[in-house]
Formats: sequence, structure tokens, C-alpha cells
Amino acid sequence: MQTVIFLICAVGAVAAGIAVFRVDSMARATLALLASFIFAAAPILLLGLSYLGMLVILMMVMEMMIMAVFMVMYMMNPAGLMPMKMVHNNKMSLVIAVAVFVLLAAGVLFTPWPSGTAEAAVPGSTTAAGRSAADPTLALGLDLMGPHMLVMIVIGLALFATMVAVVVLSTHRGRYDRFGDDLQRRPADDPVRGGLGK
Amino acid sequence: MTLQLFLLLAAALFAVGLYGLLSQQSIVMILMGLELAINGIIVAAAAFWFFAASGRPDGQVLVLVAISAMAIEMAMGFAITTAIFRARDVDMADSASDLAG
Repeated sequence: MQTVIFLICAVGAVAAGIAVFRVDSMARATLALLASFIFAAAPILLLGLSYLGMLVILMMVMEMMIMAVFMVMYMMNPAGLMPMKMVHNNKMSLVIAVAVFVLLAAGVLFTPWPSGTAEAAVPGSTTAAGRSAADPTLALGLDLMGPHMLVMIVIGLALFATMVAVVVLSTHRGRYDRFGDDLQRRPADDPVRGGLGK
Repeated sequence: MTLQLFLLLAAALFAVGLYGLLSQQSIVMILMGLELAINGIIVAAAAFWFFAASGRPDGQVLVLVAISAMAIEMAMGFAITTAIFRARDVDMADSASDLAG
């Protein structure tokens, strides 16, 4: 049963992923990407990683909704009204992608993976096998707040740096544009007059 | 379900994302290709955690790092798209070739 679900989700994830670059509307591409993410998160849930699987699903639903707005902003072919070629170097990209897949698949199929654990580790029996903690989410939380605290610190710092950088990059006119490099210019150098006292 | 099946899924997702990365012109579509590729890494890391070392949470930490990389990539990508669109009216990778060798 779980294998069937896995296979359906795997085929669905890859098919939706291919559809992202095949549909002619970028809004549809966003929804196809969302479908691909949800299909790909289902196998993660099957592995017993309920927290990380749900995290991927929830994050991706929100991210794709935000992405849809950006898609509309930067759409190349709005509503299919302006048919145009959205790809460059298509043939070579296809060749490289297929070659990489064949290479990775060969590595997957011909590497002697540790088979004993794979047999024992059917979902639901991880606790019975006694090899994993009772709750993977609890184990993850304890690990992040303990031995892997550095990872959490770096992630937090990187996210904070991202917030600052994103605001700086996307601000149209900051205070240095308005008040000069020493912030002393009065009145502010605005393209349109207006506001209080002007 | 075996480790091989999971890794094949991951490889397929990565390859599809790579195709998008290489072939798309729009910066936003390139970002979508990047997301697909990172998603393949998430699946692979989760599978490795389960089949190779489910006794320790290290694999899960790797998944968490990949998810963070995904979020950061998306936010920075959109900010850069906005910045370059504002400065030059460019939304295609072909037009932003200042660093081409």
C-alpha cells in the first residue's frame, strides 16, 4: 500500500515538475510547482517525518501564493495573449539534464547501499526496531537545541541577513536618496512634491 | 519503498530542475527550477535519514538546512529581480549578462 502511494506521488511529483516548464502560462507553472512540492512531500510523510513533511507543504503553499503575485508582476506571456519563446538553448539543456539524471540514476542503482537497514526499516516499525527515538520530531528538536545548535544559529543568522538584504535591494528610494549622504539635505530631494509642509 | 526508489525520485526532481535552470529565460522561472532541484535534495536527505541512520537526527538537520536554503534563495531571487527590473527594466537572464566572460 505504501509503495503504491509512494509510486503515485513520485510519478506525480516528477510529472508536475515537468509541467512547470511545459505549460504556457507562468501562473499555471506556479500551481504545477505547488503540486510537485505536495507530491514530493507525501513520501517524506511516509518516512515518518511528519514535522518536516508538513513544514514543506505549509511553507510551499504560502511561498507559491507569494510567488503567484511575482509571477503576475513579471509574467512574460500574460494569459497566453503574447505567445513567445520562453526558453533558450533548449536542446542542450535537455541533453545535460538527461545526462545528469542518467549519471545519478546509475550511481543510485549500482552503489552497494547498506541493504540490511533498508529491509528492517519499513515505516511504522522504526520504533519497533528500536533504532530510532520514539518521536523523530522530538529527536530533531533536542538535537537542534543541543549538539547541532550551531546549525540553528547559522540558519537564524542567514535568515536575518536575508531579511536585511531583501529590504535593501527592493527599496526604491531610501533615506540616503532623499536626504543626501550625510542625511542633512532639507527639503528632501523627492521627484514629486507633496507631503506635510510642502 | 526502498532507498533506491527514493533516490531515483530525488534524481529525477533534480534533473527536471536543472533543465529549467538551464533553459528558462525569465529569472522567476529560473528560480522555480532552483526550487525543484533543492526539493530533490530534501527528498534524498529524508530518505538517507530513514534508510541509513534513522537512529540519529542528523539527516533531519540536513533537510532543515535545505528548506532554509530554499526560503533564502526565493527571497533573495525575488529581491534581485525587483532591483534589476527597477534599475534597467530587465526581467530576463539574457539581458543581465554583465558578468558574461
